[in-house]
Amino acid sequence: MKIINEMKISFPSRSVNESFSRSAVASFAILLDPRMDELSDIRTAVSEAVTNCIVHAYGDSVGTIEITARILEGNIFYIRIKDKGCGIPDIEKALEPMFTTAPEEERAGLGFAVMESFMDKLTVKSKVGVGTTVTMQKKISRR
Amino acid sequence: MSIEIRMNEENLLAKISGELDHHTAAAMRTELDEKINGLNPHKLLLDFSDVSFMDSSGIGFIMGRYKLMKENGGVVEVVNTPRNINKVLKISGLDKIITIGRCKNEDN
Repeated sequence: MKIINEMKISFPSRSVNESFSRSAVASFAILLDPRMDELSDIRTAVSEAVTNCIVHAYGDSVGTIEITARILEGNIFYIRIKDKGCGIPDIEKALEPMFTTAPEEERAGLGFAVMESFMDKLTVKSKVGVGTTVTMQKKISRR
Repeated sequence: MSIEIRMNEENLLAKISGELDHHTAAAMRTELDEKINGLNPHKLLLDFSDVSFMDSSGIGFIMGRYKLMKENGGVVEVVNTPRNINKVLKISGLDKIITIGRCKNEDN
């Protein structure tokens, strides 16, 4: 699909950057003139993916999180969130709602479920010891 | 992000303002749990009217307080949830165990 516009950001996996990253992606998405609820969905999905990188991929260490956002032909918003953290051994299990490896940190295990339901398309690629890449797409309604 | 906590008879009222995510939940959790354990309220009322953003970390936050209140023999009620966070709440199924009241002026 033809890329109409693109932006990239990279930042350390510190929790203070959760709000920065979702706001940065939402600012870019505004170029598509989304409805408030569509923009809210994007912010929430980004927040979930970035929080996963911080809590699970890097855990006690700090690594780099890279986000690429694109506006694709057909009013489609594309987001890729990439880390070089520990990786997910069992993606199928990780995608199950309420499954979490960090219940003691009050993780609800709903991150991927939220991404899946707030966006149109979700892909998770991961390799243990190498990292995880989450890609999401959402069609923005034309007004 | 801020949390305003006050005791009203047997109920503890916590009004949360701003964005509720993994980063902000951590500090609020410590502050609120200290009050819950110290004052031992019958009911914890979480007022979400001024919450401008919430992801699933907010669900973890509510669940955590629910567990603590239950251990102490109390209950949790979430009130005034704005439209933009109702969707996250719906996915979690929290409304099956906790009373959730939406903002009065919102219809969805």
